[in-house]
Amino acid sequence: MTAQLHIDTHLKTSELERCAELCRIALPRAEVAITPQREVQLTVAVTELYAALAWLKDAEGLKFSQLMDVCGVDYLAFNPAQPQRFAVAYHLLSPTQNLRVRVKCFVAEGESVPSVVALWPAANWFERETYDMYGIVFAGHPDLRRILTDYDFIGHPLRKDFPLNGHVEVYYDAAQGRVAYKPVDLPQELRNFDSVSSWKGLTGNTHLAETDNVFVREEFK
Amino acid sequence: MANQTRTLELTLGETLERAQAVLAQAQTAPQTAPDQPFTLNFGPQHPSAHGVLRLVLELDGEVVTKADPHIGLLHRGTEKLIEHKTYIQALPYFDRLDYVSMMCQEHVWCLATEKLLGIGLPLRAQYIRVLFSEVTRIANHLLWIGCHALDVGAMAVFLYAFKEREFTMDFYEEVSGARMHANYFRPGGVNRDLPQGLTRKIGKWNENFSKQVMPLLEGLLDENRIWKQRTVGIGVVTPEEAQAWGFSGAMLRGSGFAWDLRKSQPYECYDQLEFNVPVGKNGDSYDRYLCRMAEMYESCKLITQCLERLEGDLMGQPVKIENYKISPPSRGEMKDSMEALIHHFKYFTEGFHVPAGEVYAAIEAPKGEMGVYLVSEGGPKPWRAKIRAPGYAHLQGLDFMARGHLLADVTAIIGTQDIVFGEIDR
Repeated sequence: MTAQLHIDTHLKTSELERCAELCRIALPRAEVAITPQREVQLTVAVTELYAALAWLKDAEGLKFSQLMDVCGVDYLAFNPAQPQRFAVAYHLLSPTQNLRVRVKCFVAEGESVPSVVALWPAANWFERETYDMYGIVFAGHPDLRRILTDYDFIGHPLRKDFPLNGHVEVYYDAAQGRVAYKPVDLPQELRNFDSVSSWKGLTGNTHLAETDNVFVREEFK
Repeated sequence: MANQTRTLELTLGETLERAQAVLAQAQTAPQTAPDQPFTLNFGPQHPSAHGVLRLVLELDGEVVTKADPHIGLLHRGTEKLIEHKTYIQALPYFDRLDYVSMMCQEHVWCLATEKLLGIGLPLRAQYIRVLFSEVTRIANHLLWIGCHALDVGAMAVFLYAFKEREFTMDFYEEVSGARMHANYFRPGGVNRDLPQGLTRKIGKWNENFSKQVMPLLEGLLDENRIWKQRTVGIGVVTPEEAQAWGFSGAMLRGSGFAWDLRKSQPYECYDQLEFNVPVGKNGDSYDRYLCRMAEMYESCKLITQCLERLEGDLMGQPVKIENYKISPPSRGEMKDSMEALIHHFKYFTEGFHVPAGEVYAAIEAPKGEMGVYLVSEGGPKPWRAKIRAPGYAHLQGLDFMARGHLLADVTAIIGTQDIVFGEIDR
């Protein structure tokens, strides 16, 4: 029994190309690509981000009326090196055209990104979360507070230079009669096993989309 | 105590004097003073806050003028933890996101990984996944209807719904060994085949559920006067609002917007199965209730179709991809092949390697669009995994949905949004 593809079977390559082509015409300075996983991805500069998203929202024949997600990515020490340390990714959905698009925008540390709350009110919390997790500031956001971390939290936990076990831990302080913070004190160092070996058995030959993906059992014998 | 004694010591005359003073003060207070909004802290331990929701409500009398949800009390840093785990080690975290629809969450992680790997699945694995996705959908909706009804004062529904939910937990246990946090779906298929006799059990339960239990639940609520008073016209969302606020699932369909990822962007074998997408009309809580109830009937239909295939032509076929770079070799093979043993060991220690790239995969989870944005630089660990939870967008809309409603309606709106904090706080 051969494996059958089970994701994005509805996607027509012609539709993706149409979407990419429309984007290329309207946004000449954006980098438009169709990824190997068949997703349309736009990479735009911060200065053009707002205009690009505003266009995508109302573009004739696209109408990305729904903003599904906004999130940050920290590319610190990423291989290959990326243009800037951070990226903000917007995932848009067009229910009328049944298309999705991802808009990516690279930002340096300390650089601010225009807020799109005016375009989609849904962006409000997603931008707050991105700010909370990465410290990326959204200019023009109506209420840029932390959202997921504690009220007096210090730092941005999803940054790659933020340690996994954090800086502080909570405990109940009987003297003060409340929960308080103290520096993290682990009885045992965090063990982050790096089990990647020089053995090439699993590193090569992973992209096995087609019919030859059956590991030949005869090989074992 | 001291205060009390002092009050008792007051003579009648003194009490009268004080009362008159208070009255005089009230009368001389400026009548035109601007009304201060009354700020009320709701939760985070309120029983109808569905977990740890802290709401700061501004009230004008009993009418809500602003709702500011404070979330994050259940934030566990799932996304950060996943960055330090291999793809299979990250899977159990997904059970713990939306902890009332466990397998659906695993599903989206598997799909994202598989999309990046570029692999397909054996058909039996696809059918098992759909079967359990639908069982999970029913389990989720049962919890939702039970709690929603309980929040607005109907006790019996909760008891009947949870009794049925217990059966779905039993199916989880039979198939994975765990009643809730199953860790059953794996990238490349499912962990193991269905145990003997399970399809028959699910079939029997399914029939009873759609023919006996569903009419019972509907009978308790559909035309229930109190239920209708608490839900009709409460939390109305127009289709435009629903889109602008990133709503999905029943929150979108209840407003008359026919959008279901199982139909429009089918994954697994949903395109081979027959089911309808129930759509509401008025966008209020009652319509969303009707939508979700109808969805349970559709899930029953899907389960029947899946069971038919699983018991029929797909019997005995593989349930995971037979590529031992991506799924572990069987125990038997491990015993007589050195190569298989090495693969098994490397699979569970180093983990399989995933090509560099980035994908966004989404499923129609019971609550709406659950998505994972995965960035990989190659190697066995993801670089970044962003979990897009439907409830996050829904809870954000609580402010505009609750404005102008009474305080008591806030709990009804939280109920209709089907809020679960595991997925919102992550």
